[in-house]
Amino acid sequence: MQAFRLKEQLVPILTQTLVVGAILYVALLLFQNTQANLEARNIASGFGFLSVESGMPINDSLLAYAPADTYGRAFLVGIVNTLFVSALSIVLATALGVLVGVARVSANWLVARLAAVYVELFRNIPLLLTLFFCYSTLLAFLPAPRQSLSPLAGVFINNRGVFAPRPHWLDGMGWVVLALGLAAIGAVLLARRSKRLRDETGRGLPAGWISLGLIAGLPTLAYFLAGRPIDFDVPTLHGFNFKGGMVLRPEFTALLTGLVLYTAAFIGENVRSGIQSVDKGQLDAAKALGLRPGSIMRKVILPQTLRVCIPATTNDYTSLVKNSSLAVAIGYPDMVSIGGTIIGQNDQAIEVIGLWMAVYLTINLVLSLGMNWCNAKVRLVER
Amino acid sequence: MKIIGKLLLALALLALATGAMAGTLEKVQQSGELVLGVSEGVAGFSAPDSNGKWAGFDVDMGHAVAAAVLKNADAIKFVPLASKQKIVAVSSGQVDLSRGTTWTMKRDCKQGVDFTVVLFYDGQGLMVKKSLGVTKATELDGASVAVVSGTTSELNVADFARANNIKLETVVFESKKEAFNAYVAGRTDAFTTDVSQLASLRAGAANPGEHIILPETFSKEPLSPFVRHGDQQWKDLVTWVLFGLIEAEEKGITQANVLDMKAKSQDPAVQRLLGATGDVGSFVGLDNDWLVRAIQAVGNYGEMYDRSFGPKTALNIPRGHNNLWTKGGLIYAMPIR
Repeated sequence: MQAFRLKEQLVPILTQTLVVGAILYVALLLFQNTQANLEARNIASGFGFLSVESGMPINDSLLAYAPADTYGRAFLVGIVNTLFVSALSIVLATALGVLVGVARVSANWLVARLAAVYVELFRNIPLLLTLFFCYSTLLAFLPAPRQSLSPLAGVFINNRGVFAPRPHWLDGMGWVVLALGLAAIGAVLLARRSKRLRDETGRGLPAGWISLGLIAGLPTLAYFLAGRPIDFDVPTLHGFNFKGGMVLRPEFTALLTGLVLYTAAFIGENVRSGIQSVDKGQLDAAKALGLRPGSIMRKVILPQTLRVCIPATTNDYTSLVKNSSLAVAIGYPDMVSIGGTIIGQNDQAIEVIGLWMAVYLTINLVLSLGMNWCNAKVRLVER
Repeated sequence: MKIIGKLLLALALLALATGAMAGTLEKVQQSGELVLGVSEGVAGFSAPDSNGKWAGFDVDMGHAVAAAVLKNADAIKFVPLASKQKIVAVSSGQVDLSRGTTWTMKRDCKQGVDFTVVLFYDGQGLMVKKSLGVTKATELDGASVAVVSGTTSELNVADFARANNIKLETVVFESKKEAFNAYVAGRTDAFTTDVSQLASLRAGAANPGEHIILPETFSKEPLSPFVRHGDQQWKDLVTWVLFGLIEAEEKGITQANVLDMKAKSQDPAVQRLLGATGDVGSFVGLDNDWLVRAIQAVGNYGEMYDRSFGPKTALNIPRGHNNLWTKGGLIYAMPIR
């Protein structure tokens, strides 16, 4: 019997090994062929260029960067920019998407219609057009630097971006951070205590308000006790533009807005389908228990929608990361834009395209892994 | 998307057979058409006209080569290529000949292409709005500049800023149109690319009079058509067709009088050039009427220039460096003998 089973398994294993072997062989052939072709045409190859001075400027960078830095550093700046805009877009698109999804099933006719119009509008227009629209609208409506809007003292809005004072930490800021940490720990302890109290007695503490007070109050107190250890670098108009302070450029704003509006439409539909998948009996039961509509949504319905939402939303998140490459069209220096410049200066297209693929693959695999983990957490557990 | 185009090119390079390629001349003659890499639409150089026919300086260059090789100036298949694609398209053999691009050492030595003849001496410059009140590029400290990616524009503008100790904020766009629009909309104070293209874009702007091109150029951009590295016969052929067009201007041979000159000219150089005597055509594997056909198709170098950039065109770029060496320019053909 044992021998028979072994034989039965042996054939599929052998064929599978053969297929994998054949694929690897073809890949190896392609690689060798490319190398030989490149060499025959005297074309530079390899990743040595990453340690060469880039000479290229990048206007929007989260890392310290100057043209004297290497191509590798420039590409890293691009990766960080891609990650940053993707991560921020995912958070905002999720928040907006949940709102839209809930609004879609709202009993309020106007709210439900508006949400439907929003979804149909953004889901059916190519993202590139949405981006162009956001960008050119921003540029058309914002004034030139000399006519800047200034809604708050030290904050200036013009077609070069939103300029705000940049805080500088002075000595004593450590105390404020410490206070913030203590407040956070306090809030966590409080939430636990409140949950235990609710489980035992049915009445919790108003933990939300107390936590808010703690987190806002303690650091503020520390700030004044430590002698106001923050200094502000206020932007000032100098020559062609504002200098100093922090700046949020229109390219980034337009990209973020476009990605969030577009992806939120899809996430909204996921949330709607999730909500509609929850059995109506759950709603009736929650009502019978006397929960208020807001609490029903937050504590009964939404947690159950996750099972349906998460797999579809994983797709939308990975699409968003890939879509962020459209940044090149509106001048935001993401990884594809910077890689494109490297190709322009270097003409080593194959290497840069390989890097792009590797980075997107890595980001999206990690993202999918995380989302699968979340999915496993909210799966129905059979008892 | 352009990224897909780039990927396809890379794949094309991957899939090529390792063996030596057949000669381009043979390939062109067998297929009966010249595959010419053109731009995605740069007025003056290569852009579709109102009838959808490709026209411009680089297109004329292609017509001249097609006329010499195939005896049919229109036997051309046009392949529009983005800046980033053009080098790989030529080195992989996807196109036989590409529009002029900047001749650099790295491209020549390490990118698998060979350059032929510089047909247009260009340089990167800056365009600003007249209302800005700027007259020199060095007055732009702190200004922002719209740049087009895929060329060495970013590098040149950064080098210029570093060399002159001024700060320029660059905003990099994938397409020339978007970069120019951002500049017109006021997102940036200036717009930079090669001067010829600045002129080309200004000619198409809503109000050309409100933009000025600053006098400084901060790069050398010798634009030369280029071919695949390693096909010496094809490179020689293209090179000498182009020298022939330049020589024709120097000798006063035009589209209108070329047959007349061939029949009547007593100048031995003209006789050799037009194949009345000697056998220079065979040096490049062609018959003796090769240059007559090329000149009949597009005229001499000066006529080609005037058709695309001359005073009667919207671009109106003065000849400057692109005048014959005998008239103070840099255009100089090697002797044809």
